[in-house]
Amino acid sequence: MSRPMADTLLEVDAISKRFGGFLALDRVSLQVRAGERLGLIGPNGSGKTTLINCISGALPTDGGRILFEGRDITALPAYQRTRLGIVRSFQIPKPFTSMTVLENLGIPLEYAAPARSHGAAAALDILRAIGLDAKAQLRPTGLTQIEMRKLELARAMAARPKLLISDEAMAGLSSAEVDDILAILLRLNESGITIIMIEHIMRAVMRFSQRVVVLDAGTRIAEGTPEEIVRNPAVEKAYLGE
Amino acid sequence: MKTVRAFLVGVAVIGLALLLVGLRVNPYAYFAGYVVLQYVIIATAWNVLGGYAGYVNFGTPAFFALGAYTAIFLIEAFGAPLPVLILAGGLVAGLLGLGIGYLTLRLKGVFFSIATFALSVVLQTLIINWDYVGGAKGYTLIRPPAPFFGSWAILLFMVMVGLAVVTVLVARSVERSWIGRGLAALRDNEEAAECMGVPTLRLKLFATTLSGFFLGVAGAPFPYYVTYVEPSSAFDLNYAVNALAMPMIGGTTTWMGPVIGAVLLGTAQQVATVTISSELNLLIVGVVLVLFVVLAPEGIVGLVRRLRRR
Repeated sequence: MSRPMADTLLEVDAISKRFGGFLALDRVSLQVRAGERLGLIGPNGSGKTTLINCISGALPTDGGRILFEGRDITALPAYQRTRLGIVRSFQIPKPFTSMTVLENLGIPLEYAAPARSHGAAAALDILRAIGLDAKAQLRPTGLTQIEMRKLELARAMAARPKLLISDEAMAGLSSAEVDDILAILLRLNESGITIIMIEHIMRAVMRFSQRVVVLDAGTRIAEGTPEEIVRNPAVEKAYLGE
Repeated sequence: MKTVRAFLVGVAVIGLALLLVGLRVNPYAYFAGYVVLQYVIIATAWNVLGGYAGYVNFGTPAFFALGAYTAIFLIEAFGAPLPVLILAGGLVAGLLGLGIGYLTLRLKGVFFSIATFALSVVLQTLIINWDYVGGAKGYTLIRPPAPFFGSWAILLFMVMVGLAVVTVLVARSVERSWIGRGLAALRDNEEAAECMGVPTLRLKLFATTLSGFFLGVAGAPFPYYVTYVEPSSAFDLNYAVNALAMPMIGGTTTWMGPVIGAVLLGTAQQVATVTISSELNLLIVGVVLVLFVVLAPEGIVGLVRRLRRR
């Protein structure tokens, strides 16, 4: 295994995850550099979401370590990881339905973000940057699919992440909407946020990622630049079979 | 500022009650008023967990009876005075609340509700077999002469007024604090709340403990009120049904909901008990609850808000 580099933000060191007799992750390792845009792909059931559940703390791991900024966070509950700066968005948006869009952002601002960034003004700034400010006073149930995805991202931003894990933020969106979300993620990355993107839409992952990691059946089968990955025979086999 | 105002309203309520006592109305009014106020406490306490955090507790009788039986134990063992009984009843029930808080780690939704219901049954069985506090025969309390107001009915009524005011003020301040906002987030989506930095377990433990505490507080004066406590009256299923129905009818997302629900439904039950039949009051709860679930799922508070917005 390669040694961690000086600017490693996240290091996943041989983590495994077992669901009963099923080994969902088998000693998966992963390193993410600060400021990087990493794509995480793999066929359905390959363990992508399980991996990010382990990184974000939603699931405990069965062996292995996770380091964030050099600190062992393997035993930390999810909310503390969020406060350290690991924030994830959900594949199926999970808004707080009894609150307005603005109040939705208030929760991470109050609970996760550093004290100075509190308040409705901060929430409104984020909504403006993501293009959702006109809907600030609406309930999430009144939002369209793309607006819901944007809310998911906006709420993640309100937690002031260092590492944003975007779990299929674009599934089911139209091509123009995919570009819209992609532009937002690229802007966030430019502002210094490291991003792991999990995505099935290849056009988006390949355009976005500087580096791509491929999972198949709970193991890491390939890693490289998008160009290398599309030419990799093992990846082709995982997706299409022999 | 608003907190100060709420506090002043609370003081005013106690003042009004004192005035009422001064008027010396029919003593039965205090007797009935006690029950309504007891339900204000129960509904408000239940709502901290059921309404704010979204965990439906069917075990209200367990907490209420634990408050009552803690009081009986302390009367029997030390002859403890009423204020001590109330505090101790609350603390013991609060501990039970903390215990069921840990249940929420594994049990969500209807499974949590079933577990709390089972808890009530288990606790009742234990009490039935504990002779020191009366066991299945029940416990008879011989009250000394009332130290204030010259009558236990009035004294206990005033105690309940004070306790109800405190409970409502506490619930209100929880609701409007960062804790209340965190509880609302985990009620809407626990996983998302945790991922947004909300310490969901800690907040749930807080809610179950506080809710348990005030349910126990509501039960602690019960032996003084009825003077004869038996397991089937302290663990009455009515408490479970009313604790849930009153906030649902009033509205679960604000402190006002359970108060409105308890006053309306509690009063209706008292009136029905006297004028029609003592069995009818459960029927009232059932019918009203069905109507509200169908027609106004957000309760009276939600209904008023919706009408105002138009």
